[in-house]
Amino acid sequence: MGKRSKVIERDAVVIRFSGDSGDGMQLTGTLFSNTSALFGHDLSTFPDYPAEIRAPQGTVGGVSGFQVHIGHKQINTPGDYPDILVAMNPAAIRANAGWLKPGATIIYDTDSFTEKNIQRAGYKQDPFAEDKIETLNLIGAPITTLVKETLKDLDIDPKTVLRTKNMFALGMVYWLFDSQLDYTEKFIDDKFGKKPVVAEANSMVLRAGYYYAETIEALTPSYRVLPAPIAKGVYRNINGNQATAWGFLAAAEKAGLKLFIGSYPITPATGILEELALRKDLGVKSLQCEDEIAGICTAIGASYAGNLAVTTTSGPGLALKSEALNLAVMTELPLVVVDVQRGGPSTGLPTKTEQADLWQALYGRNGESPVVVIAAGTPSDCFHFAFESAKIAVEHMTPVLLLTDSYLANGSEPWKIPSMKDLPAVKVPFAVSDDKEFLAYERDPETLARKWAIPGTPGLEHRVGGLEKTKKGSVSYTPENHEYMVRMREEKVERIQSEVPDLKITGDKNADLLVIGWGSSYGHILTAVTELKEEGYTVAATHFNYIRPLPKNCEEVFSGFKKLVVCELNNGQFANYLRMKYQKFTFTQYNKIQGLPFTVREIKDHCITLLEGK
Amino acid sequence: MADTNTLQYTAKDFKSDQEVRWCPGCGDHGILASLQKTLADMGVPKEKYVFVSGIGCSSRLPYYMNTYGFHGIHGRAAAIATGVKIANPDLMVWEMTGDGDALAIGGNHFIHAVRRNIDIKILLFNNEIYGLTKGQYSPTSQRGLVTKTSPFGTIEEPFKVGELTIGAHGRFFARTVDYNLQLSGEVYREAGIFKGTAVVEVIQNCVIFNDGVHEAITNKEFRDDRTIVLRHGQPMIFGKEHDRGLILDGIKLKVVKIGENGITEKDLLVHDAEEANPGIHYMLAGMQYPDYPFALGVIRAVKSQTYDDAMIEQHKQVQSASKIRSVDDLLMSGSTWEVE
Repeated sequence: MGKRSKVIERDAVVIRFSGDSGDGMQLTGTLFSNTSALFGHDLSTFPDYPAEIRAPQGTVGGVSGFQVHIGHKQINTPGDYPDILVAMNPAAIRANAGWLKPGATIIYDTDSFTEKNIQRAGYKQDPFAEDKIETLNLIGAPITTLVKETLKDLDIDPKTVLRTKNMFALGMVYWLFDSQLDYTEKFIDDKFGKKPVVAEANSMVLRAGYYYAETIEALTPSYRVLPAPIAKGVYRNINGNQATAWGFLAAAEKAGLKLFIGSYPITPATGILEELALRKDLGVKSLQCEDEIAGICTAIGASYAGNLAVTTTSGPGLALKSEALNLAVMTELPLVVVDVQRGGPSTGLPTKTEQADLWQALYGRNGESPVVVIAAGTPSDCFHFAFESAKIAVEHMTPVLLLTDSYLANGSEPWKIPSMKDLPAVKVPFAVSDDKEFLAYERDPETLARKWAIPGTPGLEHRVGGLEKTKKGSVSYTPENHEYMVRMREEKVERIQSEVPDLKITGDKNADLLVIGWGSSYGHILTAVTELKEEGYTVAATHFNYIRPLPKNCEEVFSGFKKLVVCELNNGQFANYLRMKYQKFTFTQYNKIQGLPFTVREIKDHCITLLEGK
Repeated sequence: MADTNTLQYTAKDFKSDQEVRWCPGCGDHGILASLQKTLADMGVPKEKYVFVSGIGCSSRLPYYMNTYGFHGIHGRAAAIATGVKIANPDLMVWEMTGDGDALAIGGNHFIHAVRRNIDIKILLFNNEIYGLTKGQYSPTSQRGLVTKTSPFGTIEEPFKVGELTIGAHGRFFARTVDYNLQLSGEVYREAGIFKGTAVVEVIQNCVIFNDGVHEAITNKEFRDDRTIVLRHGQPMIFGKEHDRGLILDGIKLKVVKIGENGITEKDLLVHDAEEANPGIHYMLAGMQYPDYPFALGVIRAVKSQTYDDAMIEQHKQVQSASKIRSVDDLLMSGSTWEVE
């Protein structure tokens, strides 16, 4: 195609697509990401959308964004600030004005900058001047006019015409990166296969955007990001919710069990239920329940009857499930509860990310209630930790709480596809009928797990329930028996520590500062610490995925450092947990509670402050 | 279900070694005895039975059955039972619940289980009171009932189990009385055989906190005159002397006396439990003494596909059309690329 006057080679670029929630920005971002991945970039994405499906048009509250970070090097975060912002209206400028890189390029639709839209976004007259970003590389294109012109000969209604505006913008961005259009064109054909004229319209506009960018040449310099040197293998893009669902499928297949999911729709967890509802080909029994409580109770029933049972939710739903979660603690049945955390308390910030359900996961139930708590670190390793959660639940006959969050659930990254033969076995502790009387709470001497007696098996008839039981399974209020059983349930969970991998340290194990994270802050902390090291600071990072039980070597790791800082997206829940467990150390904390992930910059700045003793 | 000829059980085979702890004189004893006898004769292997319950006096029953049993949490028995049945459709799942458990805290699960038509058998012990917490009014307590939490009488309308069941699209509703072992056996058996959610309301007496609440219809002296036992295909006839019956008068049911005003047995309604239209069933389930006889027996038993069967069918359909047969297939499906 056209000759480029100036091309800049970059290791990594961050692009943010931003517009009204009806402008199709999530789709545009996803198509760009997939095209980049197919080219061989490493990448990480972060959709950021309003809770309302259609907030008032043109308002800042209705802005939907999708950020993607592509790179020639390893990419661990969706990027702090964009190099390129695609803004479909003035509200998108307002929503992002404070979050742009110096020298960033803004591609915007000049047609949408009407007096009405400018005022609706909270500006008086000139958005760029009022937000003091007029010195950036501003590329205005009359996208609405050009789209109408492009499609004037097609027999198509005006509403559909305007819906293709996102494809024009996407075409422009593709030109900027010298990308291929074929993936997107194939997607358009598949999506609108039944409406050929709509498919044709979208493809025409996509190409029109591409050629427009070429013609005006205003978009120079254009970027070149070479493919990343990633390990050999077959890859796909995967987001956290899909990876979680697939991890359970893998565990069920390895265990030879049917997978059951009982859930109730709740943002941002619903994607897991939707994904598993698709998998009837793999025998998944998915049940959309009447409420959160039924979600977990059907799962408990299914577990009792011998399925690998999971239920998925977010913070408010976990609160509703807590009584039933204790029923699984008491009946000692395998169960995985996924909490895709969002901003709380109460309904809170349904579409925003937070790590503030940690205490709820650890402590939010009546009585002495030990459950395993695991937290995934990246979108793709939700697969691994869902698999591990299910494996532990089954092998140790215990409920497991898997914490992910909105950032992981919706964020995506390329994932090297594993082969099932390389995953570990899941050994199911089935009870076997013999001449002896079956004792429901007889324990494996090593793991303390009881046996799983599946209804339908002759000779293993037994009763379980929420009342305290004896080894035999009879109801008992005997004081000594209660204390014994409380200690057994606790000890059973603690013994899982022997299977928890040791903490790893990124950096020098005797550095001045150890940055401690858990769950989804993995990428940001890793990037921050890696960059700080390159800049000459003596700093290291360690990351927790196992919250209960904790890894064996925590004390040993903490001992090596002068200062410890726990970074988390809450008010210090993990820091306080560590203070309780390891009282001889001083944990400082760095917290952000804005419904947003950390930026790498924030973590670096805080570390520098600590290191320089300010 | 299994081969029915080789199974030789007696009621004793279904008795667990747990001591029965209900109050002496409680109606639950009769329900338990009748159930154990019925199950022994059903021809289903013992290991296929799962008894699930919630919380309350009724919900202790699974401990006394020598079958698989799950004593759940308050109100959630229908959800737990749903999970058991979907996980393993080969099991015969019975839910033991009460008026508080099923209709107050568990009302949502109850109506949705009924709506979905999951193949579970729900025995709802209705004593119109909270017994285990020592005597508070329940969602089925009659308006005005004086209890510890309604010292001046309740000011709310009760649910009628049959109306609620039919209103929730219920396909099976039956009613029996705790001490009437013969009718109970008959009704439990019908519920057991029925494919779908079978709701059985057991009129049960709480001897401590609401003793005699059903006396007007259960007292041996007048029960035959104040109740009607409905049987599919038979005329709606009742009374000690078999001299009264039900007819349709306009759009309402009406009690008539055979021989009066030229009424003969042929004029009476013939019970059709299998009629899909719920109109008459709804009226029958709502009949209250003294205006009408209180209806017992199988009031409604309409066949339709169960949720569990529909799920099996859908799985088969999807599986025959899908190329994905294993997790490896799934992981490699859709957009992938190779890095060499």
